[in-house]
Amino acid sequence: MNAINLSRRSLFAITGGALFVGFGLPSEARAQIAGAAKAAFPAPKADTLSSWIAVQQNGDVLAFFGKVDVGQGVEVAVGQIVAEELDVAFSRVTVVCGDTLRTVNQGGASGSTGIEEGAVTVRYAAAEARRVLREMAAAKFAVPVDSLSTKNGVISAGTQQVSYGDLIGGQKLDVPMQWNGKLGNPLLSRGVAEPKKPSEYTIVGQTVPRDDVRLKVLAQRKYVGDMRLPGMMHGRMIRPPVAGATVVSVDEKSIAHIKGIKLVKLGGFLGVVAPKEWDAIRASRELNVTWSDAPPPFPAYAKLHDHIRSAKALGGKEEFAKGDAPGTIAKAAKVISADYEWPFQSHASMAPACALVDVRPDQVTIYTATQKPHFNQAGVAAILERKLEEVHAIWMPGPGSYGRNDAGDAAIDAALLSRAVGAPVRLQGMRHEGTGWDPKGPASTHNGRAVLDESGMMTALEFTTKGFSRTDVDSNESNPRHSLAGQMMGLGNQHTPAFGIPEGAYDVANKRLAWESVAPLLATGSPLRSSHLRDPVGPQLIFAYESFIDEVAHQSGQDPIEFRLRHLTDKRAIKVIEAAASAFGWQKRVAASAVSSGPVMTGRGIAYAQRNHTVVAIIAEVAVNRDTGHVQPLRFAVAHECGLIVNPGGLKLCIEGNIIHATSRSLHEEVLFDEHNVTSVDWLTYPILDITETPQKIDVVLVNDPNAKPLGAGEATTRPVAAAIGNAIFDATGVRLRRAPFNADRVKAALGVHA
Amino acid sequence: MAQALTLTIDGAKHALTVDDPQMPLLYALRDELGMDNPRFGCGLGQCGACTVHVDGEAVRSCITPVGSLGTAKVNTLASLGTAEHPHPLQAAFIAEQAAFCGYCLNGWLMTAAALIKHKPKATEAEIRDGLSGLKCRCGSHMAMIRAVLRVTQA
Repeated sequence: MNAINLSRRSLFAITGGALFVGFGLPSEARAQIAGAAKAAFPAPKADTLSSWIAVQQNGDVLAFFGKVDVGQGVEVAVGQIVAEELDVAFSRVTVVCGDTLRTVNQGGASGSTGIEEGAVTVRYAAAEARRVLREMAAAKFAVPVDSLSTKNGVISAGTQQVSYGDLIGGQKLDVPMQWNGKLGNPLLSRGVAEPKKPSEYTIVGQTVPRDDVRLKVLAQRKYVGDMRLPGMMHGRMIRPPVAGATVVSVDEKSIAHIKGIKLVKLGGFLGVVAPKEWDAIRASRELNVTWSDAPPPFPAYAKLHDHIRSAKALGGKEEFAKGDAPGTIAKAAKVISADYEWPFQSHASMAPACALVDVRPDQVTIYTATQKPHFNQAGVAAILERKLEEVHAIWMPGPGSYGRNDAGDAAIDAALLSRAVGAPVRLQGMRHEGTGWDPKGPASTHNGRAVLDESGMMTALEFTTKGFSRTDVDSNESNPRHSLAGQMMGLGNQHTPAFGIPEGAYDVANKRLAWESVAPLLATGSPLRSSHLRDPVGPQLIFAYESFIDEVAHQSGQDPIEFRLRHLTDKRAIKVIEAAASAFGWQKRVAASAVSSGPVMTGRGIAYAQRNHTVVAIIAEVAVNRDTGHVQPLRFAVAHECGLIVNPGGLKLCIEGNIIHATSRSLHEEVLFDEHNVTSVDWLTYPILDITETPQKIDVVLVNDPNAKPLGAGEATTRPVAAAIGNAIFDATGVRLRRAPFNADRVKAALGVHA
Repeated sequence: MAQALTLTIDGAKHALTVDDPQMPLLYALRDELGMDNPRFGCGLGQCGACTVHVDGEAVRSCITPVGSLGTAKVNTLASLGTAEHPHPLQAAFIAEQAAFCGYCLNGWLMTAAALIKHKPKATEAEIRDGLSGLKCRCGSHMAMIRAVLRVTQA
């Protein structure tokens, strides 16, 4: 954890007045803190089997998973893996996740690593538990271990039988594991046992439904917003009308008529707390605040990408260089070159964030929907200046998150409010905060340049990116400087330059891939601070890269699939492209060679992408309305290869969700702002895909490689969608859209220019 | 000024006193009565997460003043079906696994239930039109269409 030096005087200056509440706990409470030395919530140790697997007296199995399932079915897949390795029925396994008291920090939901990384240790642990149990049974029956058979949680030696529950039920599996010493995604811990071979699998590889869907449909699953505690109060935050403005004064009298209202001000951190939720909302609306005259922090929206292109790069990296692409391009008689632009995008979660935090003298309890409860625990501990062991974070389902949305920040806000008022505080953000103040996916510009030989093969390919950092604030909430509350209180920011390059594909003798990132528009406390949104920079990069490849194919008079295949030797890439083409029924022709003169033009486009080691090809078919500019996706054909498939039915749904979400981002989503602040503050100003716009059909081809390790699937399909749609729009209309999203106004304008 | 109200919710009468009759029904249900199925999504009537039935029609409780209900009958997802006797839509949503985070489910289920009451044989186009405007952030739309079709084509 990053150490920070919080100055109490600067952070917790208390303005006078009856309603105001300082940071203060009652003095006796503070004395209790001083006396409370022992760890209230010791973290489980990664090097002990009992931290991963427990067998209960009735033989049911608990698997402790240090990530969370935000709705993609990871929990089911982990349960299948545990059931498989332990030889128990899937129905007997419960996966415990997201509780910092019960699970090791495996990094939370992060980077589609739930199965690829997180489940690896759980698999080893389940295999080790089976080994240990079989040894116990062998000793009990005085027979060699090899003579035992294991099925459905029962170990048999001839006619003798013993169940796991009878062997160890209720006692800890006190067996050491070899731990690599790391926490988060890279954590790896294993026992002596070797997991099963894929050829032995009977549970892994089967479609198993999610039980949480059943519970949610039947209204039996609580979300974080449903959590209540005795004495709980309701909080709302007050955000500045102009980004960067600070509080000059607050007129308490403006809300004095609201029953039980309390005002909390810690530097620029301003919130209200009331016993009744509606009263907290009223107070947040009626509170009269005088804000400082902040200079307009942002350029005009239309100048966003000009700003990026002209801004000084704070960091960057040439991540791939082979041959001499710049030299080849400089000497070439003909260079194909194109520029692309991607906007800021918002998580715009289904609801703005909610968190419930109870700050007490001896312990702090957090109910949070953040994807990374262990890091949220650290962030709350740091901002409250409490020991990590005094803070217990409990993850509960929330409105779906796909990266660092506003959920973890809400817990930090709620913690400060709870400490100030001395009661548990449930903080529920308002809609304008859910799109206006969440961390954003970064806006970017991209340039592709290519040189072709006489046979239509690329001899040089250069692809460069310049954009805002993917980690202007970090991808988790462990450092208060990376929290909105910390920045509002004046801690400043710790900007880290980061972007990325397209992965894999296209063998070109002279090839260069590089990125640069620029400073945030507002250094701290910005509603446009950028971080991780589903597939953090994938949609940006692959939109530009795969649109550019399509342009090169078109300019050289080649079919887009044939052109791609000519430049590929990667067998997995070729396989998914061919599988998608076959599922779609692709007929070879040059793009935009059959543009209709009618009012509705249809076209098809392909895009390919790799994410970590997962490969995916998507073909989109769209209809473009010439008069309105409306783009209607008709169907998608997708081929997806992520190694061994654990749960094919769940994977198909996950891919479908990826496509719909990414289609929404491709067609509609851009965070609008003026010189003063973000102006995308609800579903009208931040429109997303409507059910009337979803395609008629999505054909998913799952390419299974049972002898490969299982890879991530939560994000890979997200990245090629925009390019597939953009390429299909080009095929339909002959007009190339180099700026996302392809909303009706932008398409209409592009078609008009073309005509 | 405080006002005493009697609301009929899921078939039972609930007496409550509200300071502000303009307070949306959503807060009476959630904060006063602990009924969590109508969810807060936007507070602006733009997403549907808060949908309840008022006299059988799908209504967005986040923009319905609690003082405006009079003797109307309010029903929440809790009265749509139970684990033992799920509504056909609930059974279909489970069969199709039509949710990711599930936060929006309340709105889709309650709106679809009102829709198929009027149009028990709704076509795919009618289902899309009838559910238009509801928000789902995770992209469950295709599975939700399949789920509603399971019921209307049964």
